[in-house]
Amino acid sequence: MNTPSQQFEVKPKLDESGSPIGELLEISMGPHHPSTHGVFRMDVVLDGETVVKLKPVFGYLHRNHEKIGENISYLASMPYTDRLDYLCSMTNNWAYALTVEKLAGLAVPERAEYIRVIMAELTRLQNHTCLIGFFVQDMGALGTPMMYAFREREKILDLFESVSGARMMCNYMRFGGVRVDVSDEWLAETKKVVGDYGKFLDEFETFLTENEILLARTQFVGVMPKELAISASITGPMLRAAGVNYDLRKVDKYGIYSRFDFKVPVGEHGDIYDRYMVRVLEMRESIKILTRALADIPAGPVMDPKAKLRGFRPKAGEVYGRVEGPKGELGFYLISDGSPNPYRYRVRPPSFINLTILEDMCLGHKISDAVVILGSVDIVLGEVDR
Amino acid sequence: METLEQIKARIEKSVPLTKLDILPNECPLGERSLLVEAGRAFDVAKFLRDDAQLRLDYCSNVTGVDWPETVIKTKVKKKVVVEGVEKEVEETIETLRSGHLEVVYHLYSMALKHGPIVLRLRTENRADKTHLPSLTPLWRGAEFQEREIFDLYGVIFDGHPDLRRILMWDEFVGFPMRKDYVAPDDFEYEPTPHDEVLVEAKKHYPVEVDAVAATTANNLNKESMNP
Amino acid sequence: MIEAGLKNELQKQGVYVTSLQELYNWGRANSVWPLTFGLACCAIEMMAASMARFDLARFGAEVFRPSPRQADLMIVAGTVTKKMAPLVVRLYNQMPEPKYVIAMGACAISGGPFKQGYNVLKGVDRYIPVDVAIPGCPPRPEALLHAIMTLQEKILNQKLTGPDRPRHLKAEVEGAYPVPVYGRHDLEPPNNPALWQPPAIKR
Repeated sequence: MNTPSQQFEVKPKLDESGSPIGELLEISMGPHHPSTHGVFRMDVVLDGETVVKLKPVFGYLHRNHEKIGENISYLASMPYTDRLDYLCSMTNNWAYALTVEKLAGLAVPERAEYIRVIMAELTRLQNHTCLIGFFVQDMGALGTPMMYAFREREKILDLFESVSGARMMCNYMRFGGVRVDVSDEWLAETKKVVGDYGKFLDEFETFLTENEILLARTQFVGVMPKELAISASITGPMLRAAGVNYDLRKVDKYGIYSRFDFKVPVGEHGDIYDRYMVRVLEMRESIKILTRALADIPAGPVMDPKAKLRGFRPKAGEVYGRVEGPKGELGFYLISDGSPNPYRYRVRPPSFINLTILEDMCLGHKISDAVVILGSVDIVLGEVDR
Repeated sequence: METLEQIKARIEKSVPLTKLDILPNECPLGERSLLVEAGRAFDVAKFLRDDAQLRLDYCSNVTGVDWPETVIKTKVKKKVVVEGVEKEVEETIETLRSGHLEVVYHLYSMALKHGPIVLRLRTENRADKTHLPSLTPLWRGAEFQEREIFDLYGVIFDGHPDLRRILMWDEFVGFPMRKDYVAPDDFEYEPTPHDEVLVEAKKHYPVEVDAVAATTANNLNKESMNP
Repeated sequence: MIEAGLKNELQKQGVYVTSLQELYNWGRANSVWPLTFGLACCAIEMMAASMARFDLARFGAEVFRPSPRQADLMIVAGTVTKKMAPLVVRLYNQMPEPKYVIAMGACAISGGPFKQGYNVLKGVDRYIPVDVAIPGCPPRPEALLHAIMTLQEKILNQKLTGPDRPRHLKAEVEGAYPVPVYGRHDLEPPNNPALWQPPAIKR
């Protein structure tokens, strides 16, 4: 196992002027690379196997989300938000709905708020599960953890599908509520899935948390200091692993999160292992929230009767709305000029900004560690490039 | 947190020669923003970050907005005396708003858990004077977002460590997120309900559209005559 | 060629008769190795198809190859942007013949919901030949399974000789497709005219 002192010894040899000795190797990793989580590219300069420079290259999935959003109506952007971070369409929907509700001053009925919390926490569960599968795969555990992760994900996708009609692209939330109500059978089924999830996590953790290879590959690798994390606008589990207690569910208390009792797991060292552990603990907290929400959900309407979908024209003005997505702070910034289309439609993509200090985390590590560090950032290219 | 007026007063006291404006926001739940002169923006931002009461250590969102030159029409009611009778007449006043690019920063505090303060910077025009100071030296989180604004809007950030195109390729010319950008016409004709696509296709294949339509019509006639 | 009735009769007696073409195609159809090549949302469904519930392995196609040199099938799973398109063509050129392409999802077929985008290629068939197209946004894993079966059918019916033989068996045809280059606003050329031309308009 690496200790901190050993880790910082790994530095490229430098001559007097500070440039590395010997021939450097420049590698373009990606956009087609099995471990870059989509079409992401890193231009890496190596001294032997040690990373001395790393520049991320973006744009291979830049599909003009913002430009399209400015040319279509407010409601028409809702299905596009599904395709931002395509693993977590429900939280994307919520972030956008929340922002427009703020802009138009719409209220959300009680039952819809509960449904939103349930959907968001289910999304968090499946996102974190899949992420751990992916990033353990980056370490060389091909197949098996992914199989486990996807097995559980399918159960949650079944729930999404039965209520919204689509597995991944749910397009479920609307301004002032949610599209369709959930049935009692659905709630019972969800209770069952959530009840079993703890057991799955125990099983998953038995294989991974104290696994010697995982410990050796992740502890004190890719350390991110607290101050740098704050300055670089890192959000989500990445930030909390660095030791900053900042969770928008607690800070903004959007929706009805103030009613739930849950803890915010915070890391200590800011290394990959902490990021893994924060995610596992966050899933356990999500299960707590879900159990509570499923027990408390009241009956009632799911749409604000004042909200109208056709011919929706909010008054002029601008708002910035944000939620705690599974990957970090997902924000929408809208400027309305009173027309049916937003004048400016901006997405604040958490995984794009979390990549800011990828180079700082990778410097001095081996190239194979760079792959794991990237895996621990949790990026989805649909959101990075938009 | 203090009100925006108090913050404004404190900035003007601490950072010399600063002129700030508070821009209204018609949306009741939205935040008003502080318009900062480009020349003093760096000092103002540094004050906001380091001030003990504010400590805005977290720059959440940086975004560009394009405001092309437009004519704003405002209707004003006026009382006019026509033939001895006083009448109320509506008059339209046209004012020309000069075009500019705007960069918006949303600042929060992670230490004190408050925010946001919305900071706006404006360029002089949209053509040649598009320089603004980069705030990346203060908040590293602005690095990629400022690069993105450079790429898509064409704002040049002075003092940015690595100002290159980020999403489009390097050979690309133009700034696609500007309101007057014309995307390449590479649509084919297809039966679709989107009228705009049809218009695009017509622009792109004006000759072929008519020629092919004429030949198909002829062929159809022939076919119907010779079964 | 042996007639079908006799072949069946022989099979009942435990004698299997086949032609080289059938044997060759049978082998190829049941071991299609796709390229690990995910572009966007559809890639997640592609992964889901290869996982436990949908089990792509039943069709002999679960061996996702990271290198194009070892792959037979390119599943274009997601939006092809103009920045990505030259790399897609280059990857396709690097795959050994015989090779097949599945355009998975609306984006790969035509640009899909992002068709209005300035950086989105309106269909991957403008640069490389597509064998099977799966509609959907994203298509379900079952749809991908159906596409694999359709492709298997196509492979089984390919002739090795005669004028209908596939492209890679024609010596006179150039193997690689031209790779577009980044232009000032668009790719140059905006499509491969040998493969794709704007469709004729009937009104």
